[in-house]
Amino acid sequence: MSIAVRMVNITKTFSGLTANDKINFEVKKGEVHGLLGENGAGKTVLMRILYGMHKPDQGQIFVDGKEVRIESSAKAIKLGIGMVHQHFMLVPSLTVAENVVLGLEPTKYSFLLNIDKTLKDIKSLSDRYRLQVDPKAIVSTIPVGIQQRVEILKALYRRAEILILDEPTSILTPQEVESLFEAIKALKQQGKSVIFITHKLKEVCAICDRITVLKKGRVAGTVEKAQTNPDELAEMMVGHEVLYTFERKHIAPGKIVLQIENLKAFNDEKLLALKEITLEVHEFEILGLAGIEGNGQTELVEVLTGLREPKSGKIGFLDETITRTSPHERIEMGFANVPEDRQKTGLILDFSVLENLILGKHDKPPFATKWSTLDLANVTKFAEQAIKEYSIKTPSDRTLARYLSGGTQQRVVIAREFSRRPKFIIASQPTRGLDIGATEYVHKKLVEMRDQGCAILLITADLDEMFAMSDRIAVIYEGRIAAMKERSKTNELELGLLMTGGKCE
Amino acid sequence: MHQTDKIWLRVSPFIESLPTKIGQNLKKFLRGAIPQIVAIIVAFLVGAIVLAATGYSPIDAYTRLLMGAFGDSYGIGQTLAQATPIIFTSLAFLFAFKCGLFNIGAEGQLLIGGMAAALVGISFTNLPFYVHLPLALLAGAGGGALWGFIPAVLKAKLDAHEVITTMMLSYVALYVTSYMVNYPFKAPGWVSQTPFIAPAAELPRILPPTQLSGSIIVASIMVGITAFVLQRTTVGYEVRAIGLNATAARSGGINVKRGMILALTISGLIAGLGGAGEILGVERRFIDGFSPGYGWDGLAVALIGGLNPFGVVLASILVGALRSGGMVMNRVTGVPLDVIYLIQSLVVLFAAAPQIMKYLSKKGVATTRTAGRVLAKFQSALKNIKHRLKRR
Amino acid sequence: MVGIIDIINVGLFAAALRMATPLVYASLGGVFSERAGIVNVGLEGMMLMGAFSGVLTSFYTGNAWLGVLSAIFTGGLFGLLHGVLTVKFAGNQIVSGTGINLFALGFTAYMSQTIWGSRGASESVPSIPIISLQFLKDSVPVVGDAFNTLFSQSPLVYIMFVVVIISYIILFKTPLGLRIRAVGEHPAAADTAGINVYRTKYLCLIASGMLAGLGGVFLSLGTLNIYVLNMTGGRGFIALAAMILGRWKPFGAFAASFMFGILFALQIGLQSTGWLPPQIIQATPYILTVVVLAGFVRKAKAPSDYKPYEKD
Repeated sequence: MSIAVRMVNITKTFSGLTANDKINFEVKKGEVHGLLGENGAGKTVLMRILYGMHKPDQGQIFVDGKEVRIESSAKAIKLGIGMVHQHFMLVPSLTVAENVVLGLEPTKYSFLLNIDKTLKDIKSLSDRYRLQVDPKAIVSTIPVGIQQRVEILKALYRRAEILILDEPTSILTPQEVESLFEAIKALKQQGKSVIFITHKLKEVCAICDRITVLKKGRVAGTVEKAQTNPDELAEMMVGHEVLYTFERKHIAPGKIVLQIENLKAFNDEKLLALKEITLEVHEFEILGLAGIEGNGQTELVEVLTGLREPKSGKIGFLDETITRTSPHERIEMGFANVPEDRQKTGLILDFSVLENLILGKHDKPPFATKWSTLDLANVTKFAEQAIKEYSIKTPSDRTLARYLSGGTQQRVVIAREFSRRPKFIIASQPTRGLDIGATEYVHKKLVEMRDQGCAILLITADLDEMFAMSDRIAVIYEGRIAAMKERSKTNELELGLLMTGGKCE
Repeated sequence: MHQTDKIWLRVSPFIESLPTKIGQNLKKFLRGAIPQIVAIIVAFLVGAIVLAATGYSPIDAYTRLLMGAFGDSYGIGQTLAQATPIIFTSLAFLFAFKCGLFNIGAEGQLLIGGMAAALVGISFTNLPFYVHLPLALLAGAGGGALWGFIPAVLKAKLDAHEVITTMMLSYVALYVTSYMVNYPFKAPGWVSQTPFIAPAAELPRILPPTQLSGSIIVASIMVGITAFVLQRTTVGYEVRAIGLNATAARSGGINVKRGMILALTISGLIAGLGGAGEILGVERRFIDGFSPGYGWDGLAVALIGGLNPFGVVLASILVGALRSGGMVMNRVTGVPLDVIYLIQSLVVLFAAAPQIMKYLSKKGVATTRTAGRVLAKFQSALKNIKHRLKRR
Repeated sequence: MVGIIDIINVGLFAAALRMATPLVYASLGGVFSERAGIVNVGLEGMMLMGAFSGVLTSFYTGNAWLGVLSAIFTGGLFGLLHGVLTVKFAGNQIVSGTGINLFALGFTAYMSQTIWGSRGASESVPSIPIISLQFLKDSVPVVGDAFNTLFSQSPLVYIMFVVVIISYIILFKTPLGLRIRAVGEHPAAADTAGINVYRTKYLCLIASGMLAGLGGVFLSLGTLNIYVLNMTGGRGFIALAAMILGRWKPFGAFAASFMFGILFALQIGLQSTGWLPPQIIQATPYILTVVVLAGFVRKAKAPSDYKPYEKD
């Protein structure tokens, strides 16, 4: 079988972070090749290089045996490479047909849209590749699974021979996944090559012929599906050295602080992101919520902080039901939130460090007087203390948050949230984008809060962090709690499997 | 130790640091003001071109402008008097803008506030001034607040675009006040005006025979209050937070809808006070058309003033100078007054795209660099020639 | 005593058509601009510049149609300016539009004063004659007279119908329109499909300005034969409301503008009855615009993403 595409010695760094480190990767013609790895392993970057969205620092790419330079997506398309991104590039108010032909529209009398030809073309593609769509349907009204078919049709309409699918199943229901697999088999039959990027072991075993595992920017191995098993794959994907040891004393958890029962909630696309969440968090406990991004964590945090109304279910805090309370009330009750996107949700970048430190409690004493003015003396004193206590590296308390480093920005958020002596903390991906030193600091602080009696819900995709920090670990998968384990009674491999959908057949 | 020595010990470091503090703040202020200053200069240049192209002498016109605005005490008084209502309307625009909202209806809010103040002014005859005047001012503030509240609620609850609603309400205010002044509250005679307000409701003139009145004192107080509210109160904090990052503000427990309503309402209140100031201090009755467009100036001025309360004062004085000096210029040289609006609008256009500054300065830097290189080559060529000549 | 029948008759609809025309043009301009993702509050200023330049050109050349052409050109110029400020320099769309409005006000008043000695009104200039469909009156019995009244309009009114239809075709039946809508709603998707996002936006803004200019010159040369200070009187903003009410579609914008046209025409009719004081009646279109925006536009979802598009 001939080689469709070969990438040799590809290296790419982004401001100090090596995303791809001398990667060798090849795909045979007519093969379905899985690209497996954790978040941040480098899979998407590698494929974006292939699709012309990034330029590699080093390395070569061969398509059909010939060396090529791919400077843009247009060039990639010309070479027959098509990519279906994780976040769709579809115009919501246009029809399926319009989206597929956008930019290459067939015309009648050279200026009118030739709708008939469009429909005909799409129908023939649709039939050939078993990608049934209603060409006249408006994209915003069709389910995500069908939207994905439209994206694939887009690539095929542009005569793609090599199709890159980036985490295609992350937003599909099991039935839609089945349909997708049927379509991929049809593509294979027609001689197309498919690169399937995913972190889900179950699927990679089901559909791929060969699998390349990436770990921290390097190739951990390339294997034939028939010659491997899920445990081996999980080990290649996930097993790695511990970066630093973390001392933590064992404390018995206290009473239940937060109780979630049967929570259901929609996401922005009106799909059920939380299908059935039930869990409790105790005092003196860090409950880790493990899961690959996109399985409902974001919506759970929004519901817990009061920014999103759940469809049904109950949230209890200490002795009260708080399901429909506002963010303000929850802050009053003792909620603290370290959001996953500190620049968008956590901080006001154009506010000073001082002003950011009081957000949330700015309208109550000691920061506000009874005439609703800001008590600058108290605020300044507090800021001074916080800056010292949390070692916030800033030239002054008046510096705008925008000019601080990522780690320092996170310290500001933590200082603000933790200094309130909260009873319950939600920490989402708290160390994302931080270096070792900053990460260690965040962990230290979280444990400190726990030791003082706080109940903490730690949401992270980083298993190292999960194990270092949690007392109990819950796994969230596709909007449900897949498992709840004591930390001592589980290991990374088991978690890796649970996070990616359980054991393979 | 003597009491005074103790006090001096406490206070002296603060006093000693004052010059540097003032100096530092001034430097920061000036540096931040550079884009605006450049924009103003360019606007004046373009204005000069237009003047020249239509047969007027720009130098003549501008000199008259300057002399008229600042040449004598009358000029200065008129400048300040013209600046006063503009201070109000630009503060109004500023306040709403800090919350991310565009209140372009300050003109209407000013009219309604003026009408409300006039009505209170003419409705009572026996109140002492310390009751009547504040009451009238309050009415003005309330009228403006109402006119800001309507679009505010529409925006918060129904997401109605405040640019359109405030603009429409401005026209409504124009017609409603015109109606009131021509029918129910009309004073006998030919002019469309109300009867004069009771003397007890008047704001005194400060510098007769100019129109400068106590309204400027109210304006200055408002500047201070606005700055204070924005920087030192919880309301101001929330307003600014919403304007800068509504998502993070919501996360931090701030009620965004309520904040928006407050911001637009307060914005209208300030403009309404401006109208009240004009009626109580200058006109002493509501006369149809008393505002030559102070509301529209407010927008330009807020942008020229760099969107902070104190810059706004300077910019208001600038535009006030344009108006009062412009009237003199018009009288003496015949240049139409509207060239002022032209210049103002150019500044606004510049303010729309601050990146122009970066672009121009990049181009400027690139041009100077290439010019420098050309010059350098030229110089070395000259040196070469000199060298050769010397050798001979 | 003036009765209802004196107000609501064919004459009303004829007047409504006349009042609606500038709104239709301007709101179409708004549609093109916003469909491409740029808010255009400068329609008012572009209309005014169109109105003025039309009169100016007609004054100097003696030809009203040249005036119309110059209005289209001027409008397009300012549309381009708005585009440069908001697209190339990623400037604030509302400030830019407002700046254009202020500029138009100042410039037209200044020039009017300089040329004709009065900032309020120009001299009369040659204007566009009215075309009536006389043959209808003679050939069709009974209603022929009515049709004649209805269709004794400036050619610009008839052109307006054509423009509405063409706009619809362009926007919804051609590849260009498809790309415009894609660029406005999801510029990243359009970009990855190979469409030049910036060029499309500029094109739409120029069209927007041209249409607004056309609407403006109708006010000055189509219905009158002079320029009057601030003769657009907020129509640019009402056109925006009509655009929103019409759900950013050409036919919708036409229908909404026609509704406003009826309001304007009714207002004039009511004034002659003396039932209400004139100022109150004059205020009604504006009040109604606010009511419309508040009440009927609740769930109107704008078609576009108005953030400046940045290619990395």
